Amino acid sequence: MSNTNQSNTSDKLRPEQFEKLKRDNVIKDGAGRKSLTAWQDIRLRLMSNKLAMTGFWIIVFIAVAAIFIPLLSPHDHFTNNLTNTNQPPNATHWFGTDDLGRDVMERTWKGAQISLFVGLVAALIDLILGIIYGGIMGYYGGKVDEVMNRFAEILYSIPYLLVVILLLVVMEPSLTTIIIAMSITGWINMAWIVRGQIMQLKNQEYALASKSLGAGAMRIIFRHLIPNAMGPILVTLTLTVPNAIFTEAFLSFLGLGVQSPVASWGTMIDDGVKAMSIFPWRLLFPALFLSLTIFAFNVFGDGLRDAFDPKLKK
Amino acid sequence: MLRFILGKFVFMVFSLFLLVTATFLLMNAIPGSPLQSEKAPNETVQKNLEAYYGLDKPLYVQYGKYMANLLQGDLGISMKKKFQSVDKMIANSFGPSLRLGLSAIVTSVIVGCILGMIAAMHHRKILDNVAMIIAVIGMAIPSIVLAPLLQYYFAFKWGFFEVAGLNAPLDYVLPTIALASGPIAFIARLLRSTMIEVLNADFIKTAKSKGLSGYVIVARHALRNSMLPVVTYLGYLTAGIITGSVVIEKIFAIPGIGKYFVQSIIDRDYPLIMGITIFYAVILMVTRFLADIAYVLIDPRMRASGGKGAK
Repeated sequence: MSNTNQSNTSDKLRPEQFEKLKRDNVIKDGAGRKSLTAWQDIRLRLMSNKLAMTGFWIIVFIAVAAIFIPLLSPHDHFTNNLTNTNQPPNATHWFGTDDLGRDVMERTWKGAQISLFVGLVAALIDLILGIIYGGIMGYYGGKVDEVMNRFAEILYSIPYLLVVILLLVVMEPSLTTIIIAMSITGWINMAWIVRGQIMQLKNQEYALASKSLGAGAMRIIFRHLIPNAMGPILVTLTLTVPNAIFTEAFLSFLGLGVQSPVASWGTMIDDGVKAMSIFPWRLLFPALFLSLTIFAFNVFGDGLRDAFDPKLKK
Repeated sequence: MLRFILGKFVFMVFSLFLLVTATFLLMNAIPGSPLQSEKAPNETVQKNLEAYYGLDKPLYVQYGKYMANLLQGDLGISMKKKFQSVDKMIANSFGPSLRLGLSAIVTSVIVGCILGMIAAMHHRKILDNVAMIIAVIGMAIPSIVLAPLLQYYFAFKWGFFEVAGLNAPLDYVLPTIALASGPIAFIARLLRSTMIEVLNADFIKTAKSKGLSGYVIVARHALRNSMLPVVTYLGYLTAGIITGSVVIEKIFAIPGIGKYFVQSIIDRDYPLIMGITIFYAVILMVTRFLADIAYVLIDPRMRASGGKGAK
């Protein structure tokens, strides 16, 4: 607008140049875009990240398939059928059958259920323990923080695999044992993330205002501070899931995790490896979906981190 | 500086002590013993066996004895492999594990740094994408999938390498790739993100304005400043390599500690489990300790703040 005005200065002023602009036009001209809340902005940025969205849809696909395929399939994952062993993929058994005649597709998706379950439960436990411990550490600071932090550091310095394996020796190998073992050291990372966030946020005006109105520590931590620290917490949570899934598969592969006849991707891969050269489909399907799941959670978590990072805003 | 190192050292020793104690208590909390078998030996034999392993004494005596022996490097006697001492078993199997582990660590640091450097220098260009796609694939394919695939195609089908074992130098190639693929991906991504930030710093602009070429800038100025997170990661990398080697040694039939470890758990051979646990813990904590010191040595800011005695 202003350009045309300047270039036309030699011309006579015309009345239409003094017409009042409608409000909508001003906005369309780019003086300002629609204002977005923080969450809308993050969602938009996440949705414009193609790789992250691919990850998201793969996760959705695997979750839906894991729930419905075992429900709808005419086969089940544990019945042996010795007249029908090691069949390649065909019309009745889309992923083929294994050495006991069990349907590989059914077992793959049962395995997906276990993997997703382990991932979600491990993440949830990390979240709860991490928020409580980290929240208290960060909010009180001082001596409390020092003692609690030392304790966390000692626990963290003990190698993760050793804790898991020691517990598996003491308790029977099962899904519960794996989850407990992973949770013993898993929450510490989350606690540190929460601690850092709370320390930054606790001196902000809204926290002080709430305090001066007489709110207790717990109320300030959980109602005011944690919701504002949700970004880094969510990112850490998303990246916990693939680690948990991998650990479960890893332990089951070694024979220390989920026991037969329950299907887990780890045990299926262990079985599949032995028959790899003759019946490749027994390795292919669990391996493929394990890799896909880990890939999807990682790229989605990365995308989430980028979306939350104000430095990367264009 | 000295105080910082000493503090870290005391902390490490204390953690180790706690871990050993916890392990000892856990192992003794388990009901039953590997000495019991279905065909019960007569009472005297059982008594003698228990006396041989010191199990007839009260727990605190056993604990005191275990700790005293541990300080002398004596880890007890295996319960399954009769009359073999645990420290000998570890010493004999440590060689292959160490060589494989070192080759995997060196490979992942070098390849990871090169990939990350290339990606950072060509930020948002084709080479960046290529490097990051390699990194994502390396991260997504778990070692328990990658190792059998490598073994099948490169060793079994195409015959480039031996299928199993660790005798010739070429035998290291496949297990090293399988072990290093995850860490390579991690280091590449880590280095890329730090280096992108470093490359925007003022001292890089100074170097550019002096007329230095791109590779000299990256090698002389940017790399050193981007290496810090990688150095911190080294301690965790060792943990990852040890974890990974348990599986890789199983797949490639390498006679290392990892293989013993899994076997000892399945056999419930408590002295061996404890011995290997403590051994792994020592290695891991010492590496982390060294990584901490290296971090201080590399980072000039840390040297200034932590180095009151160093001048």
